[in-house]
Amino acid sequence: MATVERKTGGGIGEAVLRKEDRKFVTGEGRYVDDLRLPGMLHAVFVRSPFGHARITGIDTAAAEALPGVHRVLTHATLPAETGVLCASNPPGSDVRQPEQPLLARDEVRYVGEPVAIVIADDRYLARDGADLVHVDYDPLPVVCDAEAALADGAPLVHSEYPDNAAATLFHETDGFAEALAGAARTVELRVVNQRVTPMPMETRGCIGDWQQSTGEVTLHTSTQVAHFVRTFISFVCGTSEAKVRVVTPDVGGGFGAKLNTYREEFAVCSASRVLGVPVKWIEDRSENAVATIHGRDQIQYYTAGVDESGRIVALKLEAFQNNGAYHQLLTPTISHLTVFMVPGCYDIQNISIRMRQAFTNTTPTDAYRGAGRPEATHGIERLMDAIADDLGLDPAEVRRVNFIKPEQFPYSSSTGLVYDSGDYDTTLDEALRLADYAGFAARRAASEANGRYRGIGLSTYVEVCGLAPSAVTAAIGVGAPGWEHSTVRLHPTGKATVITGTSPHGQGHATSWSQIVQTELGVPFEDVEVIHGDTAFQPYGLGTYGSRSLAVGGVALYRSLGKVREKAREIAANLLECSVDDLEWTGSSWQVKGSPDRAKTIQELAGAAWAASSMPEGVEPVLEATTFHDPPNFTFPFGTHVCEVEIDPDTGRVEIVNYTAVDDCGNVINPMIVDGQVHGGIIQGLGQALYEETVYGEDGQMLTPTLVEYLVPSAADVPPMTLARTTTPSPSNPMGVKGIGEAGTIAASAAIVNAAVDALSGLGVRHLEMPMQPARIWNVIQEATS
Amino acid sequence: MIPSTLEYTKATSIDEAIAAVQAGARPLAGGQSLVPMMRLRLAAPGAVVDLGGVAELVGVCEDGDEIAVGAMTTHRAVAADPLIGEHCRLVAQAASGVGSLVIRSRGTIGGSLAHADPHGDLPAAILAAGGSVVARGPGGERRIEIGDLVTSYLTTSLADDEIITQVRLPKGNAQSAYAKFHRRAIDWSIVGVGVAIGADGVRAAATGVADRPTRLAGFEAAVNGGGSIAEAAAAAGEGLDPTSDLDGSAEYKRHLVGVLAQRAYLEAQG
Repeated sequence: MATVERKTGGGIGEAVLRKEDRKFVTGEGRYVDDLRLPGMLHAVFVRSPFGHARITGIDTAAAEALPGVHRVLTHATLPAETGVLCASNPPGSDVRQPEQPLLARDEVRYVGEPVAIVIADDRYLARDGADLVHVDYDPLPVVCDAEAALADGAPLVHSEYPDNAAATLFHETDGFAEALAGAARTVELRVVNQRVTPMPMETRGCIGDWQQSTGEVTLHTSTQVAHFVRTFISFVCGTSEAKVRVVTPDVGGGFGAKLNTYREEFAVCSASRVLGVPVKWIEDRSENAVATIHGRDQIQYYTAGVDESGRIVALKLEAFQNNGAYHQLLTPTISHLTVFMVPGCYDIQNISIRMRQAFTNTTPTDAYRGAGRPEATHGIERLMDAIADDLGLDPAEVRRVNFIKPEQFPYSSSTGLVYDSGDYDTTLDEALRLADYAGFAARRAASEANGRYRGIGLSTYVEVCGLAPSAVTAAIGVGAPGWEHSTVRLHPTGKATVITGTSPHGQGHATSWSQIVQTELGVPFEDVEVIHGDTAFQPYGLGTYGSRSLAVGGVALYRSLGKVREKAREIAANLLECSVDDLEWTGSSWQVKGSPDRAKTIQELAGAAWAASSMPEGVEPVLEATTFHDPPNFTFPFGTHVCEVEIDPDTGRVEIVNYTAVDDCGNVINPMIVDGQVHGGIIQGLGQALYEETVYGEDGQMLTPTLVEYLVPSAADVPPMTLARTTTPSPSNPMGVKGIGEAGTIAASAAIVNAAVDALSGLGVRHLEMPMQPARIWNVIQEATS
Repeated sequence: MIPSTLEYTKATSIDEAIAAVQAGARPLAGGQSLVPMMRLRLAAPGAVVDLGGVAELVGVCEDGDEIAVGAMTTHRAVAADPLIGEHCRLVAQAASGVGSLVIRSRGTIGGSLAHADPHGDLPAAILAAGGSVVARGPGGERRIEIGDLVTSYLTTSLADDEIITQVRLPKGNAQSAYAKFHRRAIDWSIVGVGVAIGADGVRAAATGVADRPTRLAGFEAAVNGGGSIAEAAAAAGEGLDPTSDLDGSAEYKRHLVGVLAQRAYLEAQG
């Protein structure tokens, strides 16, 4: 399955084993729930059992009388300056920002909305107390579907917004209508990208620790964005940002769910302020299903104007995005990322996109691995197959005629991006070769002889990564920049500490960053320690999301290493009594050109810089450098995934029999980690294609609140995969890197669905919705054959 | 996912266990169903008695024309047991497909029957095999046929102070198979069907189609009456009224019963 042999020790490009893993596999990882502070109490939230209801009374007396319960706090008694803040105001989108108080005031708008906090000696007593909090609800009508919410007469989620409209994005190129009218033919397709739940292995959790004498507050929290959380605590809790410290211990996965700031994080700080002791909250799994953001939930109507070769001359998308009951950190921006990527890897110059975002009585949606781009990719890749089907063309050929060509880079897209580099034909060629596309007809015949349908499907994707240039985040209304910080510190012994503003939660940054240090500075891999996720140690860090860590944070590190190397050069020249121009870098030392016996290793130079007894004029002691790197552009990884499925007509089961991925993420630091990201990404896309769906009933109840109903694929459900790569370096950064964290997820669902549609195409099936559970597929087969 | 307060005791003999049950404790076998229910607060027994320390409840032995399986024998042990594999293959097969290795290593045959999940595999497999249980209470032992044990969703005919001590599996089920359909490898069966070809004809039973494991009368009548397997499969869903849910419609599940009955029958034939 792996494309690489694993090694130990090494620099950039080597498949070094992850230095993080020993502690994780031996149980020495330290997560929020492992932390125990003196005097700490435990919180459990009372949550709404209704999708929509008016609160007419809350009686906490019985709960507060329970021995071991210290306090029950409600909206009336929990101090807060403001509610949860949304950092996203896309321009021209008339975005609405409903108040989201930390605890519901007089109305609840989704199942799971927090109403009260019970604080007790332990979690069990707090849970018992929660059962004794009596809330009187007056149920109100609910609406859970985005299209239904925007229809006339729909129940209102927020009475002040009489149309449930949360925001609308509209983008149309000049001459679009004429281009569409002039098309030889049109192809239409409706695609539903269903609601899913990120489901990190570690649920959320946090400990608020407010020191009443000083007003200092420390929050230990499982997050991807420690500094965002710190800034927002200062607003919500009404304190100086300089008094707030946010610490992220080990984080067991995020997938975007922890790229957020949540009510519970603020609430435990405020509760600690009230009670004078640390307050811990650990989310349980069923609570996670309702209290943590969901992803996707977008309904798309495509109309493509095409010529007889399948080339798209105009593309229209009318889409409905379900934002849920409130706006979380970036909710309205997720649709914006979809808008950006609607054209995919195709040269589509005439485009019209309307993205209508709706409030509904559901958990808010926000970033989930891929965040807006999987929606775009799944849609356009389904559309490519629909075009091929309508025109009787090979789906691979339809893609080729639409591809942006290598000579067109840098390529200005019709949605306002500048794609950095790409060679889409090459990844397609390689993927088709590895998947034996040419031999598919024979395999299909063999399957059919066994009474099974067989299909093959493609997904040729490009994604926008490396979020983001700060000028762009400002332009699209995101209230946060996109630069990243790094500090490199060499100790007197020549060992290195790297402080990074990225916030790994499984990605392996300690390993990859150490490899970069070894290659760029000559400090051995094992001599590098990486510190992250504590605002007390870092100037500011934007965190880890959007496949940005390497392309922004890694490049910030690269630049700090260059600064250290150049400073070391000056010190070396002084010690070696030569000019800096006389020195050359060997990879681990500065030496006089052509004289290996006249050299100073980086370790010697670190010691000399610390001793500072023989420093060049005007050079400060110590080898240390800091960089705040703001990238000039995004990066644009791309690739082709090919999936082959068999379908059992008796049961409707779709079985993936082969999966091939050829990805291009530019230069690679650790091929094993990249393989792992691709494997995991594909499995997450596979989960959406085959298993996962967060379902609400018409009464607003969630029908999938446990892992019995919400099906996350397990290792036993993973098909064989063949991975390969091409390498097209990004010109936007000196390392030529692009990022790979989301590519697999972005590509996979379309490849799998396209394969299943292809398998049933002989029955006249043209489209299938996700998840392709057996009952759904069996029904489709019954309808097609009856 | 936070259970309410409860008292925990661990029994070392059947008599101790029955005394605890008489005092109101809920028997805890492998904990693979009761513990999750307690964590979800769907069950709040107040007191449990752990049967994990009762050695006499574990093990498999031959007893005349039956195999006696201790109620606390794990799925993993049942799946690997040579006697069960030889004489009652479908039960070993059903046990081998329960959940994951972790669940099979803790979950027990007696616990599965007492829990009576309407999607459990073992009740249907043992029903097809013609098995029964031995239940013991303060008044002594009695035998209960599987068809009489499970009476509804998560409900059995066991008295409040009785525990299952043994499962009795009749020999003569060498020609048998259990076929299940589920989504992921670790999931409960949407539908599962056990088929046993015995000296006095074919017995078939399904899980996931009613509030209890259910004999497939239509299938049995067709195949025992000389009909083709295709005819029997078509008749397998007769009289069944499964619940439509996220796993599929009643029609789909009735259809699956036929598909799985046919697959199990063909596999049982060898």
